[in-house]
Order: sequence, then C-alpha cells, then structure tokens
Amino acid sequence: MITLTGVSKHYGDTVAVDDVDLTVEAGQTTVLIGPSGSGKSTLLRLMNGLITPTAGAVTFDGTPVEQASTHALRHRMGYVIQEGGLFPHLTGRSNAALLARHLGWPDDRVDARIAELTDLVQLPPNRLEQYPSELSGGQRQRVSLMRALMLDPDVLLLDEPLGALDPMIRADLQDDLRSIFRDLGKTVVLVTHDIGEAGYFGDAVALLRRGRIVQRGSMHALVHAPSSPFVEDFIQAQRAPLEHLEE
Amino acid sequence: MTLAFSLPFSRLLSGIALVLGLSLAARPAAQAQPADSSLTVGSKKFTENVILGWMAVDVMQARGFEVAHRSQLGGSRFLWDALVRGDIDVYPEYTGTLIQEILAESGGTRSTLADTLARYGVAMTEPLGFNNTYAIGVRADLADSLDLRTIGDLRRHPELQLGFSNEFMDRSDGWPGLQDAYNLPQDARGVDHDLGYRGLVNGSLDAIDLYSTDAEIEQYDIRVLEDNRDYFGTYEAILLYRTDLPAAAEAGLQQLEGRFSEQTMQGLNARAKIDQVDEPVVAANYLNEALNLEATAETPSRMERVGVRTEEHLVLVGLSLGLAILLGIPLGILAAKSRIVGPGVLLVVGIIYTIPSLALLAVMVPPLGVGQLPAVLALFLYSLLPIVWNTYTGLNDLSRPLVESAEALGLSAASKLVRVEIPLAARSILAGVKIAAVINIGTATLGALIGAGGYGQPILTGIRRANLGLILEGTVPAAVLTILVLALLEILERTLLPRSMRT
Ligand SMILES: Nc1ncnc2c1ncn2[C@@H]1O[C@H](COP(=O)(O)OP(=O)(O)O)[C@@H](O)[C@H]1O
Ligand SMILES: [Mg+2]
Repeated sequence: MITLTGVSKHYGDTVAVDDVDLTVEAGQTTVLIGPSGSGKSTLLRLMNGLITPTAGAVTFDGTPVEQASTHALRHRMGYVIQEGGLFPHLTGRSNAALLARHLGWPDDRVDARIAELTDLVQLPPNRLEQYPSELSGGQRQRVSLMRALMLDPDVLLLDEPLGALDPMIRADLQDDLRSIFRDLGKTVVLVTHDIGEAGYFGDAVALLRRGRIVQRGSMHALVHAPSSPFVEDFIQAQRAPLEHLEE
Repeated sequence: MTLAFSLPFSRLLSGIALVLGLSLAARPAAQAQPADSSLTVGSKKFTENVILGWMAVDVMQARGFEVAHRSQLGGSRFLWDALVRGDIDVYPEYTGTLIQEILAESGGTRSTLADTLARYGVAMTEPLGFNNTYAIGVRADLADSLDLRTIGDLRRHPELQLGFSNEFMDRSDGWPGLQDAYNLPQDARGVDHDLGYRGLVNGSLDAIDLYSTDAEIEQYDIRVLEDNRDYFGTYEAILLYRTDLPAAAEAGLQQLEGRFSEQTMQGLNARAKIDQVDEPVVAANYLNEALNLEATAETPSRMERVGVRTEEHLVLVGLSLGLAILLGIPLGILAAKSRIVGPGVLLVVGIIYTIPSLALLAVMVPPLGVGQLPAVLALFLYSLLPIVWNTYTGLNDLSRPLVESAEALGLSAASKLVRVEIPLAARSILAGVKIAAVINIGTATLGALIGAGGYGQPILTGIRRANLGLILEGTVPAAVLTILVLALLEILERTLLPRSMRT
C-alpha cells in the first residue's frame, strides 16, 4: 500500500532517515520501533507527504506521494501524533468533525458519523462537548482517533499514540485499539518505543537505529533471533526491570 | 515615504467612513468641517490670537454668516498654509511675522505687503491698532541684582538660562538672528510659550521671549529688556482673509480695524489668562461695549463641553481603530504567511511607528487639510503596529504539533487559517487590539493640534491658560474612555473565545 524505496531525509548535517526500503502491506499493522531520535516520526511524515525525501521515492497505492494531490492523499490517511494534537479551541465533537465540516458535509451526516465513531472508540458521549483541556489523556487519544477516522481513511498513521498515558489507561486503550484495527481492517503504521506494544500490535515490525532499519520481521524473530548486538541490547533493556523482580 | 503610503488609504478611509454612516461632514458646529456656505476662522495657539479669532467669528456672525472657529490650531506657518489651502477663511496675524517669516522669500516690505498677499489669494484688514512685538523678559529681581537693562546686557552673564518658545527658536526673526545681532554666548532651550512663564517664575529659566501684549508681564513682575539695537521689527495685528470671502463678511472684519490699543489688548489677555474668563466671553463682552454688537458667547456647561468632546474623540478613535483592525489583521496574516512581502510589511509599520506622533499628524495636513480626516489617518497608521505585529507573532508562535495536525488533516490553506490558526492566535491578536486602543485614545488628544477636536481641545486650552480644571476636563474623560474601551474589549474577548481559550 505504501512503499519507500531508498528513502533518505537530511536536515542539514543530521541524517534523520538513511536509505530506507520499506513496504507497508494493506490491511496489516506495521510497527516502527526504535530509540528516541532514530527516525520513526520522520518516516511517518514522509508517508503522508508532510515532508519530502532528500533522496528516494515514496509511493501510495502506486502513485508517487510527491505527485499526488496532497489534500486527497491526506484525506485517505488518518494521522494521530503523540499528544493527540487536538485543537484546544474546539470541543471534542468539533475537533472530530472539523474536516467533514470543511468538506461541507450536511449536519445529519456529520452527527451520524460522530455517533458511530463515539461508539467505536468507546468515548462516553457526554465527553464530546468538552474541550481537550477538560478531557483525560485517554479520552483525548480516543477523540484524536475519531478525528483521524472521520472520513474512513484507508490508512492510519499513529505516532506513539499511547506514549503519554498512565500504564492502566494505556492497557485499556491498547485493547480497544487492537480490536478497532481488526474490525475495520485498516492499514496501520504505528510508532512506538515499547517492545511489549510492538509485539501486541505488530503483524510486521521494523526496528530502527540512527535512521536505518536494522531488522524487520515478526516480533518473535526479533526476540529470538536478533540480527545484531544492538537489537539484543534494545530488547534486553526493556525486559530487565521485570526479570529483576522475578528472581 | 509616509505620504506616498498614506494617499491610497485616504480614499479607502472615506469609503469606510461612508459605510459606517459616520460622515465626517456631519459634525456639530463647534469643530465642524464647515459646509460650503459657512465660514471658518482659525487661530494660533496663544490666548490673544484666540480672542481675536472669536471676535472675527462674532462680527461675521452678526452679519448673518454661519461661522466655525478652529481655535489654537498651531503656529503661523500652519495657519497660513491652512488659509491658502482654503481650510480656513480668516485668521489673526501680525505684519512682522508675514514679512520676516512667511513671505520672507518674496522679499516684500510693509508697503508692498498687500500686493504680495494678493498673489496667494489673501487679503488683509487695516491694522487692528496695537503692535505685539517680540520682547525678551527677565524677572524683575534678577534684572535688579544683575543690573540687566538691555538685551545686550545678557552678554555679561553667559551662565543665564534662556528658554524660548519653539516657534521663536526656529524663526529667522527669532533666536538665531537675535543671537547674531547681540552676540549672545548662551545656548537657548526650546519650551512651550506658556510653560516658559512658569519656568521663569520658578527660577529654572532666567530669560524668555514674550509678546509685548502678554498679560503675564504685569502679573509676574517681569522686566522687558530694551531692544536697543532695534532687532525686533513691528508686529501690527491684522486679520488675514481669503479674497473669496463674501463682501459682507469682509465688512464685518473691517469693523475691528483700529479698535485696539496695546493696553486694551493686554487687558483682554489678562481677562482670559489671569481672571480665567473664557475667550469667547472676553471677545463678546468687548465687542458689545466697543461696537454695540450684542454678540453673545455660547457658554456650554462643563457636561455639554465634555459631551461634544467625547463625540469628537469617539469618532477619531472609533474610525481609526476600526480601520486599523480591519487592515491590521490581514496585514499581520500576510506578514506571517508571505516570506517575500512579510518582512517588508513588518518593517514599514515599524518605521511608521518610529515617527513621532506629532510629526505624523503634521505630515497629514498638507495633503488632507486640517480637521478630523488627517487625524483619523494618522491615528490609524499609528495603531497598525501593535495589531500587525501581534497578529504576526500569534500566528508564528503556534505550537508545532498543532500546526502539524492541521497540516496532516488536509484542510485548504484558507480553511486552516480560519478554522485553526486565527482562533489559536486570537488571544494574541486581541492583546494587540487592546494595546492599539490604549495608544490610540491617548494619542488622539494630539488631534486637537490639527483641528480635530476631541479631549485634546480642553487640554490645549488648559495648558495655555495654566488652568488645571481644563486640563482635567480632557485627561479624566480620556482615562475613563480608556477603561471603558478596555472593558468592552474584555467582554468581546469573553464572548468571542471559547472557555478553553480564556485565561
Ligand atoms: N524538522 C527537523 N529539523 C531538524 N532535525 C530534525 C527534524 N525532524 C527530525 N529531526 C532530527 O532527525 C532525527 C530523527 O527524528 P525523529 O524522526 O523525530 O525521531 P523519533 O521519532 O524516532 O524519535 C533526530 O535526530 C531529530 O533531531
Ligand atoms: Mg517521534
């Protein structure tokens, strides 16, 4: 569905993404994992054309992203960033409905879609009229997801959607997210730095380091057949605290 | 640069004035932009000239003309230009000022003065009777202790502090020539004519320039130094008027010819400055006595005066601020969005703001005349900076994640601006509007200097007459208006912004 070939992105001397080949399969959840600064967010931005590659090509459904009509492209890709990126001057409902209103949807169609999505993301309906600052972190992410899903896009790009949440809420939302992905059969690209989350969501996982993909495949493969000491260390680092308790 | 910039706006301004239904021509009589059939008298910003101005009003009114008075407009050059341009029809002037200063290039003398004036479409009455020449004055006690009798005696005391009215400092027949003629070693400071007297009395100044009919000479026990080198010329008071003045009005003015001795004039000045009688009353009383004119001065109550000034001030502030908001916000958006034009816009409004407000007002007068229009335009330009810059900063400082989210949604640029960016920048934009309002209301008091009326009018009169009550009559309502406008903007902010965006 999305293909990156030989893609690099440079910011001055900083190489954010370095010669990456990656294919995101339709209907699957692809997880990008790696330490902070390894280029995960940059990859997402390349996919929806927020930035253009310094070298290489990104295609969506066979069309180079650069040549596609940006608005049409973005309407087919929902995007959620870490803190949700909700607009503080709009209620939850208005945030979710913003794009549909811009496109001139009639009120009843907007309302019906919002009701559907509220149900899907399991947001208590009375929260819709609250502003983001009046919502809990989990509720904010649910509204962000509604906003991303409003036009029923083919692809969801989620940049650490659970990163800012407490562990309990996080577990809750994880469950809900996975069933949503399953039920809707969306193509999902999810960014995380958490191994457990990667394993929980990922049909395919790509581990990044300094802008390069160091290993890809199933989570099982990453854990049991790490391709390099870095992969082993990265996985070990997140396991260590729990093992310490088991002894 | 400012001029070239301002002219296209003036057309827009009149358009907006029409739209808002606030036609500048429909102003009440006191500060009115006169209709074609009515006449306008101007006067300089000192008491004697204001009194003479009111007399000119009275004698023409007595002959059935509708006459407005733009009092205390400014200096000689300013009034001369206004007369030649046709903004005013009559103003009191002095022969010496015309010959030495205004018509100096024409090289005329007293005998050819009328002919020279005619070339400008201007005529003059016969002398009103008194000579109000410049003089240099010192405190009597200082004159005695230093034995100062002539202007030349100042040479012996280089430590003396000289303070001269700003006009005197610049005039060719003023300080520069005087310094040469008497070889004076001192540097002089420029001060307001009326503040000069106060400086002399409280000792911060030792010598000031006077008019020989000033009421203060007696009041403050001031010694006039003898002009033994005959430096100062003759300054006979006359009335200047446009040659297109109706004959009946001209005949009215001629009634004033030869009516005033120096003593009479000093007495009238004292009535106004020392007894604090309003100039229109001083003028009317004298004319009733001397000419049996039965002139009655309108003496509006303080509340009525404040009412009229408030209306004038509101027009100045409302139009200029409204226009600044209407244009400033789009300019701020342009500045934030265009890499090419943006820096230019910010620079231009910045440069306009560095022009002192007085200079900006003065620059508006040649193309636009005196009155409310040039003041509105100057205030508009002055109010642009905070609005443009705050709009620009508000839009530029939006948080990265929010901008990215809006970007990724796939909204059109216009939709993104209207639905996301402007609402997010609204607090900053409104803060800019508040700053502009405060600056505007304060600066609008200077509009009185170019005949725009408003709260500046009583302030000017109050400074001139050293009358605290009159000064407060302008400053207190201006402060109240500022508070009210800020409260209004606060309410607007509360209704406009969603609860999540308020502090
Ligand atoms: N707009 C930018 N300008 C300059 N450097 C950037 C920019 N975006 C990302 N980078 C740099 O690129 C590298 C990768 O960043 P990012 O993709 O955000 O990493 P991750 O999401 O994996 O934490 C980092 O070193 C970051 O500092
Ligand atoms: Mg990131």
